[in-house]
Amino acid sequence: MKASVLIRPKEGILEPQGKAVERALPALGFEGISNVRVGRLVELETDDPGRLPELCEKLLSNPLIEDFEVRLQDGE
Amino acid sequence: MKFGVVQFPGSCDERDALAACERVGEAELLWHADGDLQGVDAVIIPGGFSYGDYLRAGAIAQFSPVMGAVREFAAGGGPVLGICNGFQVLCEAGLLPGALLTNESLRFVCRQVEILVETDRSAFTRGVEPGTRLSVPVKHTTGRFHAPQATLDELEAEGQVVFRYAPGQNPNGSERDIAGVSNRAGNVVGLMPHPEHAVDPLTGSSDGLRLFEAAALVAA
Repeated sequence: MKASVLIRPKEGILEPQGKAVERALPALGFEGISNVRVGRLVELETDDPGRLPELCEKLLSNPLIEDFEVRLQDGE
Repeated sequence: MKFGVVQFPGSCDERDALAACERVGEAELLWHADGDLQGVDAVIIPGGFSYGDYLRAGAIAQFSPVMGAVREFAAGGGPVLGICNGFQVLCEAGLLPGALLTNESLRFVCRQVEILVETDRSAFTRGVEPGTRLSVPVKHTTGRFHAPQATLDELEAEGQVVFRYAPGQNPNGSERDIAGVSNRAGNVVGLMPHPEHAVDPLTGSSDGLRLFEAAALVAA
């Protein structure tokens, strides 16, 4: 089964990449965009989707600074 | 006194770490794929980009065979020092509290900084008067120490903040100017600045030697 894991910086944690992106936007003519946060997307295939949360906690995310969300792609 | 310096694929400061250790005692390299610490009295996890720092700095190194041995060594009270990437590895491995995030400036910083020794109860500051200023270089992009406020309060209360950047010298936006911390017992220490690059007056400072001398004191 195919799955994607979204990893986001926890709320309240200063995320300088997002800030840098945000600061670049007005120069490109994009106005009114705020709170840009940059995270990560991991795509994978697995025989045992039940273990994905454990995998996320142990390796794919650092629970101290990041939240994760598993999305299973049905019908693949 | 024998130091072991861990080498991961992507480590880059192991030679300087060996040279620093050899000013105080014997030293040898410990290869990441070996689960045997060769009977060393202290372990140094040096800087670099272990396993390419893929995913997060230090994230993958925590699962290497040598880290299993380091965990056991640390649990038995053995002195372990993580420098820069080594600090990141120890945090990811759960041997030290907190995490290291991208510098507030988003820039790589490479400069000499002054750090204050906050406690002499850690294995790498034993015998060093609290308040002592050490001049050592930093060179990193991912050095902003972070932990939840409650954890930070606890670290302060338990004397686990080992090094702080001198006022006005915080190079990365670390919480409470924290440059290095220890575990509760004080035998595992991590810091972002590089004491192993400051062991000879030729390069501007030999203050970094104090950490290696402290470990020798503990092992004696």
